[in-house]
Amino acid sequence: MLEKAFYGDKKYWSWVIFLLVLIGIGSGAYIYQLKHGLMVTGMGRDVSWGFYIAQFTYFVGVAASAVMLVMPLYLHNYKKFESMVTLGEFMAVAAVIICLGFIIVDLGQPQRLFNVLLHPTPHSILFYDMIVLNGYLLINILVAWNNLHAEYKRAPHPKWVKPLVYLSIPWAFSIHTVTAFLYQGLPARHYWLTAIMAARFLASAFCSGPAILILLCLILKKVAKYDPGKEAIQTLAKIITYAMIANVFFFFLEVFTAFYSNIPAHKATLIYLFKGLQGHGALVGWMWIMAISAIISLIILIPPKFRNNQELLVVALILLILATWIDKGLGLVVGGFIPNPFDHVTEYAPTIYELLIAMMVYSIGLLVLTVLWKVTVAVKREIGAIPK
Amino acid sequence: MDNKRRNLLKAMAISAALGLTGIPVEAKASYLPEVGKYLKSKKEPRAKQWGMVIDTRKFKTKEDFERVIEACNRAHNIPEGIPNKKQEIKWIFEEDFLGAFPNQENPFLAERFENREVLVLCNHCEHPPCVRVCPTKATFKRPDGIVMMDFHRCIGCRYCMAACPYGSRSFNFRDPAPFVKHKNPDFPTRMRGVVEKCLFCYERLKLGEMPACVEASNGAIIFGDLMDPNSEIRKVLRENYTIRRKVELGTEPCVYYII
Repeated sequence: MLEKAFYGDKKYWSWVIFLLVLIGIGSGAYIYQLKHGLMVTGMGRDVSWGFYIAQFTYFVGVAASAVMLVMPLYLHNYKKFESMVTLGEFMAVAAVIICLGFIIVDLGQPQRLFNVLLHPTPHSILFYDMIVLNGYLLINILVAWNNLHAEYKRAPHPKWVKPLVYLSIPWAFSIHTVTAFLYQGLPARHYWLTAIMAARFLASAFCSGPAILILLCLILKKVAKYDPGKEAIQTLAKIITYAMIANVFFFFLEVFTAFYSNIPAHKATLIYLFKGLQGHGALVGWMWIMAISAIISLIILIPPKFRNNQELLVVALILLILATWIDKGLGLVVGGFIPNPFDHVTEYAPTIYELLIAMMVYSIGLLVLTVLWKVTVAVKREIGAIPK
Repeated sequence: MDNKRRNLLKAMAISAALGLTGIPVEAKASYLPEVGKYLKSKKEPRAKQWGMVIDTRKFKTKEDFERVIEACNRAHNIPEGIPNKKQEIKWIFEEDFLGAFPNQENPFLAERFENREVLVLCNHCEHPPCVRVCPTKATFKRPDGIVMMDFHRCIGCRYCMAACPYGSRSFNFRDPAPFVKHKNPDFPTRMRGVVEKCLFCYERLKLGEMPACVEASNGAIIFGDLMDPNSEIRKVLRENYTIRRKVELGTEPCVYYII
């Protein structure tokens, strides 16, 4: 089935080559980082995790979001999602690969990565993160690939896949819960030390992931004439709306707790992010863009009249992705380190190397996605699910 | 050529035989960080939990601080003058009073306290969050309470740095070697990409010596076993009012301060 990825038109190949070029450029930056160490990044002893770990966190959410298709389809028999579920699962595969990529590029000694397996440490949350992420990757590859293969052979879905599908549902929740636990269990960081973190992560995941999926499906419709159906997209948009409302609500809970209690340590990061602290405010502009984009996206998403208008929906989804990305892929991780343990502010900004390396990881993920989706569309076309 | 190979084979056979007979070879134990396999020297004093009292009243001049910090830097191959200040390596360093004790915020604090600089270092917590989070046990707690680092096992994920509430951990963002001014061949050097911090001079304790900073402090730093009621450190703690950093976090820091 994989051979289908080798037959494509000029546009397809130009896209693949374009991604390969980006990967090549990024690899150059990565080799430079390997040679000189993480000194080429903007990180330091105060902000010791930066752009890489923030992107990792965001994409765990994107990966987990496949469950928003799997659950309605397999638990509620919502058949309209059949057209999208394989795409969603393959997107999860690509997203987990992006996550793993960001973990590896963040390590100081990546060649020692397997020490995590050699010296398993059950009291470390990273140990569980390794298990759930790799498990989720495997489950999604097995489920999506085997079901697609069955369709290709015009056979019913293999029976042994079904339990894996059910397993993938709690597993999807687990990956983002464990990722939240990486942060929320640390006594040192007040911005992260909050019981709502895992729930907030899941809410943000279940709106941002499907939003990315819808946008990618609309691109797919244009370039490959594969239409997952209007109703599927509208239902997914409804799910996105609920999840985004929960996400914004959870964020409001954080703001309320910090400011009504008036405890300085709880307020500090939020003040840094939205107003600036001790004369530093590199993220203030970003955070307000986040707040405004989140509100506008909800204004479009909540009334069905706006939401069901595809042009408006696209605008809302782009704003939603921007808002959730700034929140989780920028403010959350960096903000957690500010102020530092001495109540001083050391700011962080990614360097050009970090951005190039991030581009490499993103492009690898996109390449995986392109290949998997290419196979999916080719199979669907062959079995007559899409007009040739 | 052939001779060399024969010698090599001989050496291999001998070491294999030693390994089989279980004769403890020093080299075998040296790379195993597990606490149970840690070899104690005869000179090393026993302790259940090493701890420290820093008498901040006795640090008056710049020189008082520098002497102590310099002693640590020289003993441990700590790089100095890394151009990017954000990426410095620090084991024991100066902080202002409110930086070290953010919870002692007090608008009418006497100037002599507010302007006081204090030395900060790894607290060798009884419940260290850094040890809890480390995914490879590269940082671990020894039976004598020292929070130890295995520089060769650390993968450089920096989770311990996120977990430490005291900013005590440093990461080698770059190769430290060119910045090590006084090389000490008796202490391991580090490579880029690993985390490091104060190790309570485990290497000096092994020889029956006090930590380098204690020795250089002219009596301003007291070191000893916190669990031994007859130790000097316990006597000092009985006689003086002392505070610790961020006790509300439940880490049970083992470095005490006389203010």
